[in-house]
Amino acid sequence: MSFSSIFKELDIKSIKQQSLDTTSSEISNILNKESWGMDDFLKLISPAAEKNLEQIARVSHNITKQRFGNTMQIYIPMYLSSYCQNTCTYCGFNSKNIVKRTKLTKEEIQKEASIIKQKGFKQLLILTGEDSKQAGVDYIKEAISQISDDFCSIGLEIMPLETGEYKTLINAGAHYLTVYQETYHPASYRKYHIAGKKANYDFRIDTPDRAGKAGFHIVNIGALLGLYDWRYEAIALAYHIQYLTKKYWKTKFAISTPRIQDNFQNFVPEYQVSDVNLAQFICAFRLVFNDIGITLSTRESESIRNNMIKLGITAISAESHTAPGGYAGTDKEQQFATADNRNMQEIATMLNKQGYEPVMKDWDTAFK
Amino acid sequence: MNKDNLVIANQNFKSRLLIGTGKFSSPDILQKAIEAAESEIITVAVRRADLNDAADTFLKVVNPKKYVFLPNTAGARNAEEAIRVAKLAKASGISNWIKLEVTPDPNYLLPDPIETLKAAEVLVKLGFKVLPYINADPVLAKHLEECGCATIMPLGSPIGSNRGIKTKEMIKIIIEQANIPVVVDAGLGSPSHATEAMEMGADAVLVNTAIATANNPVLFAESFKLGVEAGRKAYLAGIPTINAKASASSPLTGFLNQ
Repeated sequence: MSFSSIFKELDIKSIKQQSLDTTSSEISNILNKESWGMDDFLKLISPAAEKNLEQIARVSHNITKQRFGNTMQIYIPMYLSSYCQNTCTYCGFNSKNIVKRTKLTKEEIQKEASIIKQKGFKQLLILTGEDSKQAGVDYIKEAISQISDDFCSIGLEIMPLETGEYKTLINAGAHYLTVYQETYHPASYRKYHIAGKKANYDFRIDTPDRAGKAGFHIVNIGALLGLYDWRYEAIALAYHIQYLTKKYWKTKFAISTPRIQDNFQNFVPEYQVSDVNLAQFICAFRLVFNDIGITLSTRESESIRNNMIKLGITAISAESHTAPGGYAGTDKEQQFATADNRNMQEIATMLNKQGYEPVMKDWDTAFK
Repeated sequence: MNKDNLVIANQNFKSRLLIGTGKFSSPDILQKAIEAAESEIITVAVRRADLNDAADTFLKVVNPKKYVFLPNTAGARNAEEAIRVAKLAKASGISNWIKLEVTPDPNYLLPDPIETLKAAEVLVKLGFKVLPYINADPVLAKHLEECGCATIMPLGSPIGSNRGIKTKEMIKIIIEQANIPVVVDAGLGSPSHATEAMEMGADAVLVNTAIATANNPVLFAESFKLGVEAGRKAYLAGIPTINAKASASSPLTGFLNQ
């Protein structure tokens, strides 16, 4: 049994209605609790909860501080390839976009890694588009092996793979996996993912299962906010996290909260998510899942990042380039536009001012 | 009064408060908290530090010449990983002490008894001074003692929870049966919890989250130091037993024996 079959049994639409029907007095009651379950999750993301957001945020802040301390994980993305067979209408790598495609050579990978390393980053996230002919498992494996001694932790955000393929990459030195469902809403998923391997909804939603089976230390999931109603996504994601945490008990699960707000590549999101609702989303996950990591995207503006991190965020990236060769300056075709372009020093200063220590190393190659 | 030293692996310590170094907001606050606590044994996660880089923040703050730098294997999910991390720490030449943590569950970070014992047996043979983090399981504690560990470190409650000593009855048995120091590790949220552990006869306590996340970590570290000292002195003094019934200093029926 994997999550795709469980998800089919869930009536998210009526569960969402329960959330919409939450009353103010129900919100007051849950604020007196010490621990929160799925019923509370629905209330925390309700329209009624908006009025109590300050109190909820304080609780969320305190739980995060207790569980993660005064620290913020720092990582940096490195794009290897922009070749892609998918047609995600919101993405810069959409195969229909007529742009120059690049794949880093061994030399280019080394150059990019050296630049990143010199900046002081030790936790790296490797990314590719989905094109197994141009950048398949072997190519990614080679890249990991080539640079694994330079970084204490290497994460992957690549095309969904089979369990055995993930094991190969873990053995090469991969520490964690990021894979977003994009949208949990099946009809919307079909609308945005017309062609390519990614059109297979079930294969995508079962990817975290395969990652858990393969034995990644951390699996980071999420929905791309803006593609469909955020409450629907939040509920589906919460069920997904609950299921995964119980089943793959040795893997740490985390979520990201990427939100499309820009008009990148002429894509205008149909379901804009407000700042208030993003805050609600983050706090609800923190209250119900005390120990999950929560990453805040570099798509967010400086001021949103500065303020939102206190609500429950545990990881952010800095100095991100979203094109292969972006650090060496060889390519400009981005996957998406970043809104926070501060360098590491500026991010560190901001974090220190707010009482956080940036954590540049929280893993070791000895664990490989 | 005789010196009441804590002895671990033939080394003497005045302080009975061990400090963990995670979750602090800056190296500066960590350093001041360690000084306020007057701790002598400080634990550092190998995964957080770069032990081969002399400029590493942890190596600067927890100067191995000044403190017993106690590397820990946090993050290890099984014996094999823990052994590898321990070897890496030892190879750096900083210490042959190792705080053994094997926690396959990444959320409550509860220690795996089977893998911990496996790793301890190997590490002791390799010449490590092993300080294993365990659930408050008296039988496991005896196994670890027999295999040559330097201490046993049972948890008071889940790590980082600040809930105090919820495993009290089991820790009492561990203390009663132990021939090596018992260090209550994890879950101590306030100085009174530390006092309670010391009054029970624990040899020392280890604290991290409570100090690191307090509004004033330095002052809170000092309060823990005092809590530990109070509990230790009370234990040495002999704590009067709690009586269910009143016991008058001049008994009413004393005359019957005269």
